[in-house]
Amino acid sequence: MSYKVKLEVFEGPLDLLLYLIKKNEIDIYDIPVASITEQYLEYLELMRMLDLNIAGEFLVMAATLIHIKSKMLLPLEEKEMLPEEEEDPREELVRKLLEYKKFKEVAGVLQDLEAERKKMFTRATVLEVDSGEKFFEASLFDLITALTRVLKDVPKDIFQEIIKDEFTVEQKVHDLLHMLVEKSTLQLSELFAKAKNRLEIIATFLAVLELIRLKEIIVVQKKSFDEIEVMRNEKHRLRVERIE
Amino acid sequence: MDRKQAKSIIEAMLFVSDKPLFVNEIKGVLEEFDSCDIKDVVSELVREYEETQRAFSIKEIAGGFQIVTDPVLAPWLKKLYKTSGSDRLTGPSLETLAIVAYKQPVTKPEIEAIRGVNVDGVLKTLIEKNLVRIAGKKETVGRPILYGTTSEFLQYFGLSSLKELPNLEEFHITEKDIELPEHLKEDQKDEVNQSSQENR
Repeated sequence: MSYKVKLEVFEGPLDLLLYLIKKNEIDIYDIPVASITEQYLEYLELMRMLDLNIAGEFLVMAATLIHIKSKMLLPLEEKEMLPEEEEDPREELVRKLLEYKKFKEVAGVLQDLEAERKKMFTRATVLEVDSGEKFFEASLFDLITALTRVLKDVPKDIFQEIIKDEFTVEQKVHDLLHMLVEKSTLQLSELFAKAKNRLEIIATFLAVLELIRLKEIIVVQKKSFDEIEVMRNEKHRLRVERIE
Repeated sequence: MDRKQAKSIIEAMLFVSDKPLFVNEIKGVLEEFDSCDIKDVVSELVREYEETQRAFSIKEIAGGFQIVTDPVLAPWLKKLYKTSGSDRLTGPSLETLAIVAYKQPVTKPEIEAIRGVNVDGVLKTLIEKNLVRIAGKKETVGRPILYGTTSEFLQYFGLSSLKELPNLEEFHITEKDIELPEHLKEDQKDEVNQSSQENR
């Protein structure tokens, strides 16, 4: 889970660099490359330990930083031998950072505009506001397709184990509702991924069907054959609350 | 038809429309009125709503006009519709949109050069949300796809046109208010010129 969250925080190597520059209150025009490189690599190591999917771009940037660092370590007389325009090895990186920073700030402006716009309601805005993304409900066939896909991936040898009948549909219904209290949307694949064996996968699947039937949840897709998401049925809940 | 009746009709059209209403759409209904007359009537309505302090106003969005509620009332309306506001765009999405908005028409590698990271996923989401569209192909090797913003983009951010976006030059200065060193300034200028040439 931390996977997605983390990536949204830092996203790219330039983000991480700007973050470190801000954190250390560094002058962007005079970056202490040695210490920044060290910190950058520390973060990379942390991300690796957390098993985050580190994009290749992070490694390229690490190499760039080390390259700049080594250039800056060159004695003065050797530096003079370098071509004129490469006087400061940090120059290109600084330019990239500034260009990126500019758009990051514009993104902040857009975010404010978005927030302001969301405060203004218009006719038929309800549907839009309810789900910014366009969903449509997944059919039973979509669900079964998803199930068979998962069952196919279950290693064969597991079936030979003797498994205690510890998963009941009732228990799964209960678990699912609990999970949906904490998180409004769950991916069907992640629910299946939690299951330890075929029986548990099937129990989970049946629980999903039961909750759809009870109108407690809805299963949606952003487009055909896309990942299936399980969400609380807000409309149903609203109706219940209003009646109460 | 007198002006008073035309005004009522325009007001009614604004009232029922679920998207920004364009002057030529109004003109299609009120054939005897020209664009100037229609704009005048709309401005009259805008003023009236302002003067009488209504709960809503007429806003110019994406080149059209739409009745929107006063932002001050948002907390109550949100309660009514139980919106969580969790469907906001993510940081990476907003950054990518910002780049597309200013640099359009722009190719994927050009966006990636600025963000320093792959934008496949983000771009796909933005296209699905209809905020970004394919604006053609660049006449260079490989004919890469060019991306641009949509009118839905303007609607989403409540902008009347792209000109309403802040001037990019204002963002040159960092919070520390440090002037760019001379050599960097030169390079930046060159880069800006280059990219604007590419745009054309």
